[in-house]
Amino acid sequence: MSSLLEVTSISVSFDGFKAINNLSFEIGGQELRAIIGPNGAGKTTFMDIVTGKTRPDEGRVRFGEPQLDLLRLSESQIARAGIGRKFQRPTVFEAQSVRDNLLMALSNDRLPFAVLGYRETPRDDERVRALATEIGLSGELGRKAGELSHGQKQWLEIGMLLAQDPKLLLVDEPAAGMTLGEREHTTDLLRRAAETRAVVVVEHDMEFVRRLDCKVTVLHEGSVLAEGTLDHVTANSDVIDVYLGR
Amino acid sequence: MQRSFFARQPSVLIFISLLALFTIAIVILSEGFGLGLVSTSFVKILGKTLCLCLVAIAMDLVWGYCGILSLGHFAFFGLGGYMIGMWLMYERTKDIVIASLEGAALPPTAEEIREGIGTQIFGVVGGSDIPVVWYFADSLFAQLALVVLVPGLLALVFGWLAFRSRVTGVYLSILTQAMTLALSLYLFQNDSGLRGNNGLSGLQNIPGLTDMPQSVLSVWFFLASALALSLGYLLAAFVVSGKFGNVIRAIRDDEARIRFMGYPVEAYKLVVFTLTAVIAAIAGALYYPQAGIINPAEIAPIASIYLAVWVAIGGRGRLYGAVIGAATVSLLSSWFTGGQAPSVPLGFYTINWVDWWQVLLGLGFVLVTLYMPQGIGGLFDRFIRKDAP
Repeated sequence: MSSLLEVTSISVSFDGFKAINNLSFEIGGQELRAIIGPNGAGKTTFMDIVTGKTRPDEGRVRFGEPQLDLLRLSESQIARAGIGRKFQRPTVFEAQSVRDNLLMALSNDRLPFAVLGYRETPRDDERVRALATEIGLSGELGRKAGELSHGQKQWLEIGMLLAQDPKLLLVDEPAAGMTLGEREHTTDLLRRAAETRAVVVVEHDMEFVRRLDCKVTVLHEGSVLAEGTLDHVTANSDVIDVYLGR
Repeated sequence: MQRSFFARQPSVLIFISLLALFTIAIVILSEGFGLGLVSTSFVKILGKTLCLCLVAIAMDLVWGYCGILSLGHFAFFGLGGYMIGMWLMYERTKDIVIASLEGAALPPTAEEIREGIGTQIFGVVGGSDIPVVWYFADSLFAQLALVVLVPGLLALVFGWLAFRSRVTGVYLSILTQAMTLALSLYLFQNDSGLRGNNGLSGLQNIPGLTDMPQSVLSVWFFLASALALSLGYLLAAFVVSGKFGNVIRAIRDDEARIRFMGYPVEAYKLVVFTLTAVIAAIAGALYYPQAGIINPAEIAPIASIYLAVWVAIGGRGRLYGAVIGAATVSLLSSWFTGGQAPSVPLGFYTINWVDWWQVLLGLGFVLVTLYMPQGIGGLFDRFIRKDAP
């Protein structure tokens, strides 16, 4: 299987602190992957590098076919190349309706003058409705996003990411603060999304990772500590040391 | 399905109808065309106020909708005024020079006329050569183009430098103030080529229309200002009503998020900043022929801050709010500082409104910020049914 994202020996340090240390990582075209690790393991920094928010001191990040060098692109160019990112805190545009949020996320032309002349097509309307159904918000299209519950905001954000139709979806702690029922719905959404694209989930919560039932990468002090099924990595003595303390 | 433009922006039709009624009423009451109940100087004040409303709409677009607190839009307004002022002053001086040379035995040469114009205009700053920036001053068409091009290019270059370095928030505000201050200080210099602190004057006299009395001219300018304001309102409503409006509101609310959705935030900011600078410049080009004079003090940093205050008092993020704020505050300001407001004798002290108006405005601003964060325009929300889905 050729890989969609190839991260090769990247390192980055902030004021002498090595947040990422010679990290390499690969993910295929249709794959669900969980990244776990204790606080400060470099999970968020890793996402920052892939999405262009942080530039690594060294290393390479290649994406897609033909391969793009992500280190030469801006955040918005990377997003347009097909990488979507969901932040830890649900960030939807609260002052705008659910419908407008989804409409903005649809994978249409994003340059200013094209957007200025944009007219909604029946096809876009259909896509918005289909997405709303998928994320379970079809009854809420006209409501302001700020009025939604925490879980609904998370789904709306996932829906907006799906609307972007990315090849790679990076999701930061999707289950934080969710009820059990909401978690099940979220797991379904992510697994279904991973049937047609690569999805990387960063998560603290082992129980949620088990539910995702996918390959797991364990990060520690900025590099990969172990990789494999959840049972495989939790049996690894290094992982046990890191998680339970020495 | 998508609703029509006017259904999504109900304020547009209401605003334009009210403005049309107001305009007709003023024309009927004016000295130039109607009953003479409204003085020419008041028609000029109203015309100028409409221009200020237009620049307030620009400010609302850039700040209220896109979240860029620019404290430099009055610089663009002033530049627009300078550009049209150059043509007005040059052409009028040319007419005067030609008239004065008429009695000579030989018809004046082009060289003599140029020299005469140079001495007339630049005598006050100790020069007689026409500076190179006045190259196009005898062409109305060229100067009208410069009204748009000079502020537009300045905004484009300034915005490009600032936005691509990700300067945001209060730092950007400070930067725009610095730009404004630098421009005004430059214009204060005698060798800036724009007559230093004397500025440009006599702008109320329109070359080629010297026979038209000010009472008639003022009404024409008033009408032009009303037309420009309606068009500006329509344009701004169009910009904020569709997906573009949603994107710039999203930039205001969470810039990083919309960037990760693939929108080139810097390009949007640059478009909005430049567009609003051009609107401000057009407003200025209509304002100063009614004011009659422009000098660098008009571009002082405080003017741009006032602009932000008007929009905040009127209610940002709603176009009619900007208009209400600009109209209310600038009309009150000219009433209080024009000496019409009666002084209040307190026995031991007399409140003279010319001095105390600033205090009143400051208090008003604080009160609006504390108790009416939506501004005066926010009061309308009580009458308007919540936007149906």
